[in-house]
Amino acid sequence: MFTDFFYTLKKRNVPVSITEWMTFIEALSKGYITNLDEFYYLARAMLVKSEGYFDHYDIAFQEYFRGIETPAEILEQVLDWLKDPLNRMPISEEEQAILNSLDFDELLKQLEERLKEQTEQHDGGGYWIGRGGYSPFGHSGYHPAGIRIGGESRGRSAVQIAQERRFRNYRNDLTLDTRQIKIALKRLRQLSRIGPEDELDLEETIDATAKNSGEIELIWQRSRKNAVKVLLLMDVGGSMEPFAQLCSQLFSAAHSSTHFKDFRYYYFHNCIYDNLYQDIERQESVSTDHLLRILEPDCKLLLVGDAMMSPWELLERYGAINYYERNDIPGIVWLKRITEHFTHCVWLNPEESRFWIHPTVRMIGELFPMFPLTLDGLGQAVRRLVVKK
Amino acid sequence: MKDDGFDQFKGSSDYVTSEPLRNAVNVAIALGRPLLIRGEPGTGKTLLAHSIAHGLGKKLIVWNIKSTTKAQEGLYVYDTVQRLNDSRFGDRDISDIKQYIKLGKLGQSFASPEQVVLLIDEVDKADIEFPNDLLNELDEMSFYIPETNETITAVYRPITVITSNAEKELPDAFLRRCIFHYIEFPAPELMEEIVRVHFPDIKDKLLQEAQKAFYALREIDEFRKKPSTSELIDWIRALLAGGVSHEKISKDIPFAGTLLKKEQDYDYFTNNYIARYGTNLFIRRR
Repeated sequence: MFTDFFYTLKKRNVPVSITEWMTFIEALSKGYITNLDEFYYLARAMLVKSEGYFDHYDIAFQEYFRGIETPAEILEQVLDWLKDPLNRMPISEEEQAILNSLDFDELLKQLEERLKEQTEQHDGGGYWIGRGGYSPFGHSGYHPAGIRIGGESRGRSAVQIAQERRFRNYRNDLTLDTRQIKIALKRLRQLSRIGPEDELDLEETIDATAKNSGEIELIWQRSRKNAVKVLLLMDVGGSMEPFAQLCSQLFSAAHSSTHFKDFRYYYFHNCIYDNLYQDIERQESVSTDHLLRILEPDCKLLLVGDAMMSPWELLERYGAINYYERNDIPGIVWLKRITEHFTHCVWLNPEESRFWIHPTVRMIGELFPMFPLTLDGLGQAVRRLVVKK
Repeated sequence: MKDDGFDQFKGSSDYVTSEPLRNAVNVAIALGRPLLIRGEPGTGKTLLAHSIAHGLGKKLIVWNIKSTTKAQEGLYVYDTVQRLNDSRFGDRDISDIKQYIKLGKLGQSFASPEQVVLLIDEVDKADIEFPNDLLNELDEMSFYIPETNETITAVYRPITVITSNAEKELPDAFLRRCIFHYIEFPAPELMEEIVRVHFPDIKDKLLQEAQKAFYALREIDEFRKKPSTSELIDWIRALLAGGVSHEKISKDIPFAGTLLKKEQDYDYFTNNYIARYGTNLFIRRR
């Protein structure tokens, strides 16, 4: 009964399991569901365990009970597909040559123009922007409002692939869920005895009691608490767009981990210069210099970014991608200051390690131990952060 | 069609529920599954358990979860220090371990001779593994105490209500066993009903103006914490106690501090809206 509905849900990416389905069938067979309204709400209560999936559920429900295919869904699939970094085509040598032939100013101008254009239209198009600098698809043609992908040969193949979803199987290797990240972050601790003496020290108590010829002597000690301080710096915007989901998961995991003594986070774009930002829109800034003064060197630093930028952004004065930064000090000097200040730093790169041949990635990799932003990579990074120096 | 056991919960006099929520509660009771409730703060997640207990005439056991709470504490605690102390002073028979076993909230709800409502409040505050540690106990409704070689089995499955603020993700294995309901923010009509339950004698005009101001405030996305149902009720209580007339509400929002609990929100509101437009305009603009 309704078995197809189960598969429709599955198809719409609602994470529904057999256990839940059996519960639902039980309720159904006992006659607790008498009409379609009840079906809608009760099936949802039993099968969908997060409001985040309610929309998926609605689509599946519509499809199953009305057989209506929603065109908006295709757009969503394409967007999902674009978010998946696995789908990006590697840059061919020709394209690399074109890229190299563009000079800095021109590239910057193009990028900015596109940025302007896109914010006025549709945020879904944002995925293309990041690629603007070097993406093979980035140039022209994508009109998000009308899903104009269809008009362009390269784009159309994207739709076909999106419908086939042939990359879906790969996704598990790559994406982490928040819970897995949290478990990895749990290892990030540094236990020290602080606070009031409220824990019974059994060994000492037995010792003292024995010495006291059986007269009970209770010995208390301070309980162990995590004293680890964490600083998270994240690259946002531009080439990081495809990884936005992944980064936000890392962020929410770190942010909701209660076991850190102190947790701070700031954003930057491509490289760190005089200022870091408190919000993703990069409006509220805080001076990097000030942070280096107030934060203790034992603070564990996690940098997240693809480290992929134009060499001038890293090496030159005024190289910052954002005009208004006007950085007197090249990014690489700032990065060096950071590694010199903090005793434990790691760089997490959401890009696959086979793309780490880019010159700036290599340069940054020499400064920071770099790990891929996968479960294994994160585990290694955390181990690196707790090493005693 | 329906069994006699179904449709037990119909809401109670002091708590207004929507039909989907009532259905979810009844299914959870009928199937003996824990009911997981999520929603914005202040939408009455905790009150639901009180209402179920009250509506069905059952005892309520509340287990408030803190960041340090361990699953074991909910089952039982073995008071070794007391026993050690007694062994020294010999007040009690220390060979009887039973008297040093103290049942936790979950243990109490199992051992109770009648069916109770168990509220596990803010489950997401605890350690990430906490819900998983309770899986077996909630499934089997029994646990084993090795110290006394005893198994505590639930006489009646407690009606379990679990609330979560979605601060943390809950483990999938745990979610699979629950019935889930997300309490949406009440629409104005339902809100009116809710307010009337609390203040049966409220004047229509006052309620209307108060609601208008309240929903206008909720439209402001810049607030860190948007005012919710419980704030509205507090506010109306303050308005009634202060004898504020409905004309005054639309002129300037009195006691705005009861609606906006964060200093930043309050400042933001007074600087950006009141100073610029005056309250009257602010509400009308919406």
